[in-house]
Amino acid sequence: MKFDINVDKCVGAGVCAIAAPEVFDQNDDDGIIVVLDPNPPLEQAQLVHDAATRCPAAVITNVQL
Amino acid sequence: MSRSGGMDAKVVIVGASAGGVSAAEALRARGHTGPIELIGAEKHAPYDRPPLSKQLLKGELLASDVALRASTHLRDLNVAERFGVAATALNTKARTVTLADGTNTDYDRVIIATGVSARQLPIRNSVGGVHTLRTLDEAVALQSAIADAKRVVVVGGGFLGTEIAAAAVALGVDVVLAGKASTLLEGALGATVGEQVAGLHTSRGVELMTGPAATVHQLRVKDGQVTGVEFRSGEFVQADLVILAVGSEPAVDWLRSSSLSLTDGVDCSSDCSAGEGIYAVGDVARWHNPLFNVSMRIEHRTNATDQAIHVAERILNGDTTAYAPVPYFWSDQFDVKIQAHGYLRGHDEVKVIEGSLDDGRMIAIYRTGGTLTGVVAVGAAKALRQWRGHVATKMDWHDAISLS
Repeated sequence: MKFDINVDKCVGAGVCAIAAPEVFDQNDDDGIIVVLDPNPPLEQAQLVHDAATRCPAAVITNVQL
Repeated sequence: MSRSGGMDAKVVIVGASAGGVSAAEALRARGHTGPIELIGAEKHAPYDRPPLSKQLLKGELLASDVALRASTHLRDLNVAERFGVAATALNTKARTVTLADGTNTDYDRVIIATGVSARQLPIRNSVGGVHTLRTLDEAVALQSAIADAKRVVVVGGGFLGTEIAAAAVALGVDVVLAGKASTLLEGALGATVGEQVAGLHTSRGVELMTGPAATVHQLRVKDGQVTGVEFRSGEFVQADLVILAVGSEPAVDWLRSSSLSLTDGVDCSSDCSAGEGIYAVGDVARWHNPLFNVSMRIEHRTNATDQAIHVAERILNGDTTAYAPVPYFWSDQFDVKIQAHGYLRGHDEVKVIEGSLDDGRMIAIYRTGGTLTGVVAVGAAKALRQWRGHVATKMDWHDAISLS
């Protein structure tokens, strides 16, 4: 599966890393999104969908299976 | 009409901001196939509120930049949008929602996500130059008012007031910030961290008034236009723009004729249900959070989405699992981003375990009773997340101290 991210909109909340820790992480200081796996396996689909929904800045879009 | 829950239930969501939109998304992401109706009082497509007091006020984002989702997103999810029409009543027996245009829509499940509105002072409606900030329209109006203003009084030393003051002073306007607590953000973060925030504001040129004497006595008005604020101390502060950031009221007026309990928001059980087939999410929802054993109503952006996902799961699973989150919020004060996890209100102790706001890196932990209940940090995102884990497991305070 795949998705798009818009790093410029990231507010560093880190909810993506909490929702889908195998796919997303944060920078140490400002907490900006780091993508660990740009093409995660399908088992991660719901977690990635939820990360997109939970993100308070709509950074993760276009989530596709 | 099917009265059952499950995948084909008709879900009516009242309130089309972060909570309402997230509920629709979460239902579809979990395979819900029934009709979903999303009702919003404002004519705008769903938009995001945190930028209103941050980037939008500073002119870094336009009104068109704060949409929550791409314009076709909800239609792609087969969600029926009814924007620009407020709900006016809930009939829990007939299971209908009445709308301002006089029509009714029936539901199997209804999700209340109507949020809060800005608290007003009684004098406000008749006076020019007095603003509140909650909606996009209010934010756009406020932005142009700040651009034309020479001297601004911001009333309220909470997150909204401090963020507005920071944005306004950055735009080159003289700003007086009046909060009736002993320091800024005292209720939210405690005095120790609040004083650091106050120091930041002073160093950037905001003139602070704090303590009970900074309570507004009345607005001074001439020819229908505000000319300043009289404070309880007797002090008069001249201003051509007054911004009221004095808290909010849950938007529950439309529910007064229903049987729901509305003590402070919609009273919910721990699973966020408020009656047969009725749920509430976001700023409007009061529920008992078993993790902190506290009845809470949380006006934080990420809680709206987390609670919406929780309710979507309850609707689809048909169970009553309790909602037990670690609340999270952030606030932008000038170039400093303050982040917090936990439930800080009513805490017994704050301990700054690293740095300070001036250093650009700070971590403070919070104790309630004998337990770690919260953490606040600046410039320490990863450490913050580790501390969040300790809050989630209710770490003993002594263990937390020995870690720090």
